[in-house]
Amino acid sequence: MAESIRDKVAIIGMGCPAWGERWDADIFDLITEASFAAFDDAGIGPNQIDAAWLGYYVNDFATTGLVLSQTLQLQQIPITRVENGCASGSECIRGAAYGLASKQYDLVLALGYEKLKDTGFGGLVTSGAPGKVYPMYAAEQGAAPGRYAMAATAYFRKYGLSKEEGKRTLAKISVKSHRNGARNPRAHLRREITVEQVMNAPIIAWPLGLFDCCGVTDGAAAAVMCRTEDVRKFAVNHPHDYITIKGFGIAASPGWGKERVDYDFTYWDATEAAAKQAFAQAGITNPRKELSLAEVHDCFSIAELIGVESMGICGYGQGKADVDSGAWEQEGEIPINISGGLKSFGHPIGASGAREVFEFYTQFQNRAEEPSRQLKDVKFGLAHNQGGFPGQFVCGITITGAPDV
Amino acid sequence: MVGIVSYGAYIPIYRLSRDTLASVWGKPLGRGERAVASADEDSITLAVEAVVDAMRGFDRATVDGIYLASTTTPYREKQSASIVRAAADFREDIFSADFSNSVRSCTNALTAALHAIKAGEAKRVMVVASDCRLPAPNSDFEPIFGDGSAAFLLGSSDVAVSIDGSFSVSSEFHDVWRKEGDKYHWAWEDRFIKDEGYQKILPQAVQGLFKKFNLTAKDFAKAVFYAPDSRTHAAIAKSLGFDAKTQVQVPLFDSVGDTGTALAPMTLVAALEEAKAGDKILFASYGDGADAYILTVTDNIEKVRDRRGMKGHLASKMDLANYGVYLQMRDIMEWAPDLRPKRRSPFTFVWRDRKMFYALYGQKCRQCSQIQYPKQRVCIYCQARDDFEEIRLSDKQGKLFTYSIDERAREIILPLVRVVVDLEGGGRYYSSLTDRDVDNIEIGMPLEFTFRLVFDGYKEGSGFRNYLWKARPIRC
Repeated sequence: MAESIRDKVAIIGMGCPAWGERWDADIFDLITEASFAAFDDAGIGPNQIDAAWLGYYVNDFATTGLVLSQTLQLQQIPITRVENGCASGSECIRGAAYGLASKQYDLVLALGYEKLKDTGFGGLVTSGAPGKVYPMYAAEQGAAPGRYAMAATAYFRKYGLSKEEGKRTLAKISVKSHRNGARNPRAHLRREITVEQVMNAPIIAWPLGLFDCCGVTDGAAAAVMCRTEDVRKFAVNHPHDYITIKGFGIAASPGWGKERVDYDFTYWDATEAAAKQAFAQAGITNPRKELSLAEVHDCFSIAELIGVESMGICGYGQGKADVDSGAWEQEGEIPINISGGLKSFGHPIGASGAREVFEFYTQFQNRAEEPSRQLKDVKFGLAHNQGGFPGQFVCGITITGAPDV
Repeated sequence: MVGIVSYGAYIPIYRLSRDTLASVWGKPLGRGERAVASADEDSITLAVEAVVDAMRGFDRATVDGIYLASTTTPYREKQSASIVRAAADFREDIFSADFSNSVRSCTNALTAALHAIKAGEAKRVMVVASDCRLPAPNSDFEPIFGDGSAAFLLGSSDVAVSIDGSFSVSSEFHDVWRKEGDKYHWAWEDRFIKDEGYQKILPQAVQGLFKKFNLTAKDFAKAVFYAPDSRTHAAIAKSLGFDAKTQVQVPLFDSVGDTGTALAPMTLVAALEEAKAGDKILFASYGDGADAYILTVTDNIEKVRDRRGMKGHLASKMDLANYGVYLQMRDIMEWAPDLRPKRRSPFTFVWRDRKMFYALYGQKCRQCSQIQYPKQRVCIYCQARDDFEEIRLSDKQGKLFTYSIDERAREIILPLVRVVVDLEGGGRYYSSLTDRDVDNIEIGMPLEFTFRLVFDGYKEGSGFRNYLWKARPIRC
């Protein structure tokens, strides 16, 4: 039996400058701002790191890990570029943690970024990699909104929600995310919205409307990491309030789930599997009670609803009851996407996984920029990222926590 | 006995009314409507529909040849009949050919097929006529051109309609033409081409036929022949001595339009749908000459009644809401530049899995019996390796499992309804839903497959045309 990563690795500095439509910034700017914010937070300099992991998805503006060494003038150190769709941010933290745990390096940087607003059109650029049956079949299946919308249709049907009830349930999720994001100065979309606004917004892909979809955002997030045994040496700015990795889960589904007649589109199989791995490593048996917060991959409102269910934070089909009771609100049983989530904070593909960890890091250190959004007694945080489409997902889950729990 | 063993026809679901055209151009254009191929249809996909209709109840492996007649095959250099063959899942070891460049190519193909069968070179040959002619906006052709197809399976046994004799005329004449590079049609003065062309040349072939076989108009139950419009059609019938009320098969001008190469064949299918055993039918087509035939309906006609044919497809229709939709569908307008990255479609992908794409073969696992698409090396259910039998899915129906309605997809006709279809007998397929009514999409609705263009590559990327089977609500 493999050993758990629990508490072996610490995050001793993080950076996540405000996200948004960064017309003024290119990828060098995004990388510079996030990495130096993390270096400054950790109290180290770039020449101290032994290795780096860099996560991004779009290949139009860069390839390989060279973009990081070019930007920071890193001198001949190992830099690994990781790309695992929307889970790329989780992957760079995971890779960095394993590099440390295996004692190959002592101090490392994990950075995820994405520059989406240089493409000249409003949607998400695809990575362009031809799959097995591209273009004749895969291309016909289209883009993310249409694919996630199929899950919403199937969810409404399975649980007997009318179209109106279903849309209203999803609307409440978006309203919650915007309420949280409005109080987060780092978030991209900082406007509160109402259920009626969500319900009446233009349809993107029925049943999902404009406010069911996350923003297309530029941003980066970075973490400086070392082995927990070395925090006295490296964690100069956070000798006590660093956080530790409690568990990772990464699962790649075989990808043909959507073509299997026994898949009903109302659960995320890779998320189920990744959550099991991560909870086992972290020693968490009751996530709803033990987690202080969960950042859940809500590229669409339906993604949050099914994602929370798939991790066992609530039972299958119970999401609506939780949404209606406010269980996922800041004051609820388990705050979901207290940051604003992908919905409101934004979703620069390769950065989101690291950004979700940053939310726990910030909450744990009592450094919420606006006191009204500061959670109390923060112990465990879950960051959930998934790439792909219903039935064809890669999912990354990172559980972090206080060093002493 | 040599003749028609089976027949089929296809009319696109969309209709453009002359009222709509009249309101766009501000001039009266008469009554009626015409059929318009959707954005994902062309002469190849129309032909596949008619072939599939004609093959109902027949084993596709028994076909020894396929001749595609069309003036609008999408490739200037590259055969289109081979694509129709692949989609129809006919054998590879058969003779395929395009007949083109004249609206008479339908009967050119018919005669060539008859010759092949009589010579003993083939037992069964599929002849399919299909056209999607693009009329210039606000031209005389715009209210009258229509899109459609008809197919005849010809053979020497089980003949439903025997072909007892023929007579041909070849004439050098310029009535309507397109040269290399012409997008739209030229025509010489209409009075001249009617007087000296349509109303002379086709009757010349028919009279030659009458004389050769010692027949008169009175010997025929029905006359089916090409003409470019109702008035000319009536004039030809009268000059040949046919009684307009009882003997002339009603032409399709006000319901489908002039479907070019497919017009005479489609009219013949309409006639056969009403024909009784023993009926003698005059069949003639026109174009740089004329071909005329004597047909006799046999008892076997009753065995090939369950076609969608003309009646079924005429009754199943949707009106085009406005001229703008038509402009988009037929790709007549200039499009705003698109900054989205272009997709590239390597032909090698298509070629490697041609059976999967063109004939829609899935596979059935020999270990767990689950049907799956697309093709796999390892079973998606039981993980058994390389132990599958191929199974054709294109003729299966299914039920809609879930869907979305995408308002921003990269498609010509929006919104794009995307569906997951669970197939009868097993298997699941992802597809965009074509020929759909957006207001009537429901989980559980029955769906079927249709061979269509996909917009990936032919205007961008790799430059060739991609086809794929798409789901649609059961047409009729």
